[in-house]
Amino acid sequence: MLNNDKRIRVIIGHYGSGKSEFSVNYAVKLAQMGKKVALADLDIVNMYFRSREKALEMEGVGIKVIGSQINAPAIEVPSISAEVYTPLQDESYNLILDVGGDQVGARALGRYVEYFEEGKYDMFFVLNANRPETQTVDKVLEYMTKIQDVSRAKITGIINNTHLLKSTTYEDVLRGQQLALEVQERTGIKLKYISVLEEVIPSLPNNLEGEIFPIKLFMRDEWML
Amino acid sequence: MTKVLMKGNEAIGAAAIQAGCKYFFGYPITPQSELPEYMSRELPKVGGVFLQAESEVAAINMVYGAAGAGARVMTSSSSPGMALKQEGISYIAGAELPCLLVNIMRGGPGLGSIQPSQTDYFQATRGGGNGDYRMVVFAPANVQELVDLIIEGFDLADQYRNPVMVLGDGMIGQMMEPVEFKTPTKRDLPEKDWATVGTGDKRKPNIINSLYIAAEDLEAHNIRLQAKYKKMQETECRVESYNIEDADVVIAAYGTTSRIAKTAIAKLEKEGYKVGLIRPITLWPYPFDEFKKINPNCKGILTVEMNNGQMIDDVKIAVEGKFPVSFYGRSGGMVPTPDAIIEHVKKIYGGDK
Repeated sequence: MLNNDKRIRVIIGHYGSGKSEFSVNYAVKLAQMGKKVALADLDIVNMYFRSREKALEMEGVGIKVIGSQINAPAIEVPSISAEVYTPLQDESYNLILDVGGDQVGARALGRYVEYFEEGKYDMFFVLNANRPETQTVDKVLEYMTKIQDVSRAKITGIINNTHLLKSTTYEDVLRGQQLALEVQERTGIKLKYISVLEEVIPSLPNNLEGEIFPIKLFMRDEWML
Repeated sequence: MTKVLMKGNEAIGAAAIQAGCKYFFGYPITPQSELPEYMSRELPKVGGVFLQAESEVAAINMVYGAAGAGARVMTSSSSPGMALKQEGISYIAGAELPCLLVNIMRGGPGLGSIQPSQTDYFQATRGGGNGDYRMVVFAPANVQELVDLIIEGFDLADQYRNPVMVLGDGMIGQMMEPVEFKTPTKRDLPEKDWATVGTGDKRKPNIINSLYIAAEDLEAHNIRLQAKYKKMQETECRVESYNIEDADVVIAAYGTTSRIAKTAIAKLEKEGYKVGLIRPITLWPYPFDEFKKINPNCKGILTVEMNNGQMIDDVKIAVEGKFPVSFYGRSGGMVPTPDAIIEHVKKIYGGDK
């Protein structure tokens, strides 16, 4: 249950693994459970398809959305609003940190390292086995190590987010499941959630390890695949 | 091979390497920087060379040099960077060298923005550089088509000894989509016996050049080039169209904009409207003939672009005054929505379905 996760949730992974989609869905779900939620978009690497683009939708369900202090979504300034410190310090907030891709994106976490006290945060590694760079255990471990080193925080859970966008089938999910379980075995880090499109859930076997986390596609416009 | 999820820019790199591209010269610019990044990581693994030049002008001239030596070579940029490359492109076309050019367009003019646009239609199809040159310009609408056209583009360039351009907007460069890498149909490609690879003391030196001192020589060269362009027009034109023989309104759109148009058309059909689509896959040669198949009772053509009206000129040439041509576009990095397109189609209908 989302409830049992630590107050601060850091979402990391290879770029294009689906971190923002997972983060937005997670934040919305928490908000719908009546929690006080903030989502901070820490992506200073890529200017397209960032969670802050969905600020209106999220604010509509009461989520505090934090991005840059400069209101210019199209500018390449690596700046994050100091407002991030509010939900980091105010323990009445549930905070989701949506981090940029790879170790390059994770560098933005460095300045908040003092808040990542063991047992007080979760750091979830989002895994998509359909991304060419994260199809083998060794490659996944390489990304996990690099991101952990740069962020100076520890991964506490794996999210199997294996998909092919709107054409995802249960086979995609199960392929990712196998990879995630192998990673779990090698690292001892638990497969926490299986993040999967609502409509694919009925076709999944019901004995899967990890908790099914149904998602909607907030980040894809209606005309996109 | 099974499908993988790739971002457009990465997929271009993977496709180019699969097509045997060994050299990439470029300079980073958003929204296509993942491509040079990919090439810098992957080209050395296949014995190729990635080089970040000191400027776009330098990069295109490196392409000129490598193409002259017969190498499979490419460069990429985004709008203002591609503007800087125009002189070199004209030289390459003049010297008849094959290479692949990728422009992932952003808002303009000038530095503009880093958000998606289609504002370089004129630049790509009218020849941003000087002289009477032409090149095939592909406008893929999704990442799969992007991959297929990149792979084919290299062959096409070799076949005609001419640059080929792939023109996409920032969105297709940044968008993640499923792709698979298929082996393309092999073209019968001529030997590169013109390349400057050393004579071995066995022949006269090959010369790569775009300068002709005598007017009659340059005219003869131009006549030959024009014959080549005519052949491209006859054989390389590509278009996708939908329901144009029966439509009351036809939308003309290319690239990602055509997908937004398709979504609008599907919604309109549910309301009983009959709307067709002409999607040029090659912007040059332009599929003028396709417009001749449109229902003679069609009420009008709506051109939709992410600019303030560029392809509309070709649409007007194509319809030869037979239909009224109107325009809807967003610019500056704004993207049209299906609902806004629907509204414009209904305006053409004028309230009578």
